[in-house]
Amino acid sequence: MRVEGDEAVLGITDYAQDQLGDIVFVELPAVGRALAVGESFGVVESIKAVSDLYAPIAGEVVAVNEGLADAPELVNSDPYGDGWLIRVRLARPLDEGALLTAEAYRALRADGA
Amino acid sequence: MTHGAASALRQLTLRDRHIALGARIAPFAGWEMPLQYEGVLEEHHAVRERAGMFDVSHMGRVRLEGARAGELLRSVTTFDVRRLEVGEAHYSLYCTEDGGIADDVFVYRLGEARWLVVQNAANAEAGTARLRAAMPSVDDVTVATVMLAVQGPEAMAALERVFGTDGRLAAVAPRRCLETAWRGETALLARTGYTGEDGMECIVPAAAGGALWDALLAAGVRPAGLAARDTLRLEAALPLHGHEIDETTTPFEAGLGFAVTLEDGAPFTGRAALERLHAQEQARKLACIRLSDRGVPRAGMAVLDATGATVSTLTSGTFSPTLRAGIGMAYLPVALATAGTPVQVQVRDRATAAEVVRRPFYRRPRA
Repeated sequence: MRVEGDEAVLGITDYAQDQLGDIVFVELPAVGRALAVGESFGVVESIKAVSDLYAPIAGEVVAVNEGLADAPELVNSDPYGDGWLIRVRLARPLDEGALLTAEAYRALRADGA
Repeated sequence: MTHGAASALRQLTLRDRHIALGARIAPFAGWEMPLQYEGVLEEHHAVRERAGMFDVSHMGRVRLEGARAGELLRSVTTFDVRRLEVGEAHYSLYCTEDGGIADDVFVYRLGEARWLVVQNAANAEAGTARLRAAMPSVDDVTVATVMLAVQGPEAMAALERVFGTDGRLAAVAPRRCLETAWRGETALLARTGYTGEDGMECIVPAAAGGALWDALLAAGVRPAGLAARDTLRLEAALPLHGHEIDETTTPFEAGLGFAVTLEDGAPFTGRAALERLHAQEQARKLACIRLSDRGVPRAGMAVLDATGATVSTLTSGTFSPTLRAGIGMAYLPVALATAGTPVQVQVRDRATAAEVVRRPFYRRPRA
């Protein structure tokens, strides 16, 4: 997740895309849908598995990555860039301390491994 | 899975090689199997466009020998294997007395009185017991051998680099096999496979398995895992036991009538039921379904007719890397099982547009 003003861009982590393997289909919500924290807003599918996408924050979907319809592999090749999933207008200012940075997440994964 | 079950999984002879190549290992039919190496799409395309190899040593391999072996083998499988020439192989089935499919197998006639049967891993124990009940000398060589399936348009060229370019391999016709000496051992090379591509399945003594794997890698063959094997076989519309076929399905509705010989009059398990079924109109037929809209069909999803009424359930489904579309198979009422019929697949909350297409989804271009 990348916060830009009162909006956040959501994607999956590099670790998650690697674990899922080649992504062949992404289903995203309609623009305008309101998301609650923890709500499922779509799925990413690899050849072998279907994984639900959960909102880490509350807000309204203001854009979805239309490019993934024809190129779902962008989620694998560029999860923090062109492989973004949705853009959400935050329902309330973010308490950034409650979420992990990519560095902290990597450190956590490294510890857990 | 419980810890106890995990520790009971059987390991491939070449397990260390798979792990060294970065394989993700997953349990399958009681074995620890390489699911994928670099990635399923890359492996799938390698087999369709160049050459890939699968370690399928988990499959049950049994040898039978003796003057009466052909006769006895015929009594437990649906195809009249007695008509095979030496060096010829054929697809066959183990049926129940009701005509259901207990397993699908490949039978190879290695000599006048020497046979090899390759069975699915999940059914191998039952299959071997079936053979042993019919004949005394059944030699299970599953652990003693390694089986590698080398498949793809460049597979034969790669195999010749390993086994010799003297023309003997190229002379092996589809569904024929050759026993040849390789590094002091006997290798069985059969022009068979499960991907819809040209290539061979190689069976060598376990001690030579690592050397064969290494030689094929050096010849440019890419390792491919079970995940790619499944997308490849489904594109080729080849049935998988436990999905398209099982004890509740019959050979004729599955389109496997070519594996059933009735005209020889010889007795075999399931014969009476199969004769009866063969004389009837089939009520349903295994059909190929391709999504017209985006989505990935999966086994177990409902198939609906154009009006939205549920008519079946997918036996398998996946994203086809070659067609870049969702594909699946299902038993459909015969009236719906013709190419061009519009149907729908219930993908989660969405009835997704689909169409019955000709079987198979993919057929390799003829050279």
